Amino acid sequence: MDSEKHDIVVTVNGMRYLRQAEARMLLSDFIRHELLLAGTHVGCEHGVCGACTILFDGHPVRACLMLAPQANGHEITTVEGLAPSPDQLHPLQQAMHDKHGLQCGYCTPGILMTMTAFLAEHPVPDEAQVREALSGNLCRCTGYQHIVDAVLEAAEKMRDVK
Amino acid sequence: MKPAPLKYMAATSLDHALRLKADYGGEASFLAGGQSLIPTMNFRLAQPAVLIDINQLSDLAGIARDGQTIHIGAMTRYRALERDPLLADALPLMTEALPHIAHPQIRNRGTLGGNLAHADPASEMPAIVVALGGRLRARSAAAERWIEARDFFVGPLTTALHDDEMLVEIELPAPVPRSGSCFMEVARRRGDFAMVGIALMLTLGKNGDCSSIRIALCGAGETPVDASDAASGLIGQPIDGEAIGDVAASVQQSIDPPGNMQASKEFQRHLAGVLVKRALRAAWERATHG
Ligand SMILES: Cc1cc2nc3c(=O)[nH]c(=O)nc-3n(C[C@H](O)[C@H](O)[C@H](O)COP(=O)(O)OP(=O)(O)OC[C@H]3O[C@@H](n4cnc5c(N)ncnc54)[C@H](O)[C@@H]3O)c2cc1C
Ligand code: FES
Ligand code: FES
Repeated sequence: MDSEKHDIVVTVNGMRYLRQAEARMLLSDFIRHELLLAGTHVGCEHGVCGACTILFDGHPVRACLMLAPQANGHEITTVEGLAPSPDQLHPLQQAMHDKHGLQCGYCTPGILMTMTAFLAEHPVPDEAQVREALSGNLCRCTGYQHIVDAVLEAAEKMRDVK
Repeated sequence: MKPAPLKYMAATSLDHALRLKADYGGEASFLAGGQSLIPTMNFRLAQPAVLIDINQLSDLAGIARDGQTIHIGAMTRYRALERDPLLADALPLMTEALPHIAHPQIRNRGTLGGNLAHADPASEMPAIVVALGGRLRARSAAAERWIEARDFFVGPLTTALHDDEMLVEIELPAPVPRSGSCFMEVARRRGDFAMVGIALMLTLGKNGDCSSIRIALCGAGETPVDASDAASGLIGQPIDGEAIGDVAASVQQSIDPPGNMQASKEFQRHLAGVLVKRALRAAWERATHG
């Protein structure tokens, strides 16, 4: 059995990190325990719940279904990287706040990472598209309606800005 | 819920990956998108001693058309397939099935080759490549061979690949003129594995009669189930409500679905009949007007 450590150079939210990790360390654990970015949540660890969703080279993926060394040389965005400044939220974060898109907040980071990427690709989504895009993120509190409202409102606000 | 200790190596070329596989054999697994392998490692259902990461082998990703043949590299991700206009035009059957697989985040990593090599009988793509009559190219450090899609799936999670082989390419024929296809499935929730799914490919003769029909089902057996023989009574016949009902009944009789937590055997058989009728009507419509 092999507990050899691998060098991992990775850019997360624009910052470069160099760390060592065992090959079997999940990328979700690497982000939380080695980079100390605990905004990425962990629920099921088998790809179902979506809490661990991050952007990997720009696309939403499950951090619990990758191994830490696979991030070597790649670029990651986590929920900590969404807000443009400490006193300003991303339009989707603001809309989630305004529309009560969260209760306990456990699912929220994964939903934000999934839906910001979705909005970048679909600036004028309809409700059915939003629900389809949300299908890979489980929320046990809200019943989803307020999340859908928030995404639609964010889409509108982001269009106004442009 | 964490993988067991393992040795990880990122292959830098196809030859490198194949040499590593020749050295480690059954001890080693290729790591493609990881969307089936890593969940099973997290559950410790799989404990490969060695992982050969093939994500850097960009030569193995891509979609190309050469005349009437579509070539898809094994490392082509669902994400790329879903967004490819060439594929939508040439193989609408595959494009129609892709959104039924899991969720966007899984499709951003999962690969066609990894999915076929995983050989889950409930999975959509194995049924698609069987319905299309495709073939798969396997390579080892020493040799290369083609395997017909229908011979590739030998049991649940079991393929015809040898321990030293990698699936490198999927080759699929583009449908001939006057063809129509349809993929449909019934699942409890969006993104869940299908209780039963159907991939159907129909071709009409000049007079509008059926000249060929291929059907493959997912979730209906130990492998993707090729029900084309059961449907062959339609060949040479005009298509109408009665003929469609006959095909559905014949397919229902030919299968022996396993039954699972979500659907009993009887319900799966019932669904298969309903899906054959709906898919055949849709494919007929598309072949006629498409
Ligand atoms: C939440 C969730 C829902 C899902 N829902 C569905 C669904 O509805 N339908 C569906 O079909 N699938 C579903 N999947 C599975 C998904 O489609 C997987 O991505 C796919 O089955 C595996 O492809 P991969 O590239 O991720 O392969 P990996 O997980 O990397 O590999 C799978 C297996 O194939 C081997 N392998 C990989 N590539 C090769 C190769 N080129 N040659 C030889 N062997 C190879 C690996 O060693 C491993 O044993 C789901 C997965 C998750 C996590
Ligand atoms: S923790 Fe990754 S999907 Fe649930
Ligand atoms: S807000 Fe609690 S799980 Fe979504």
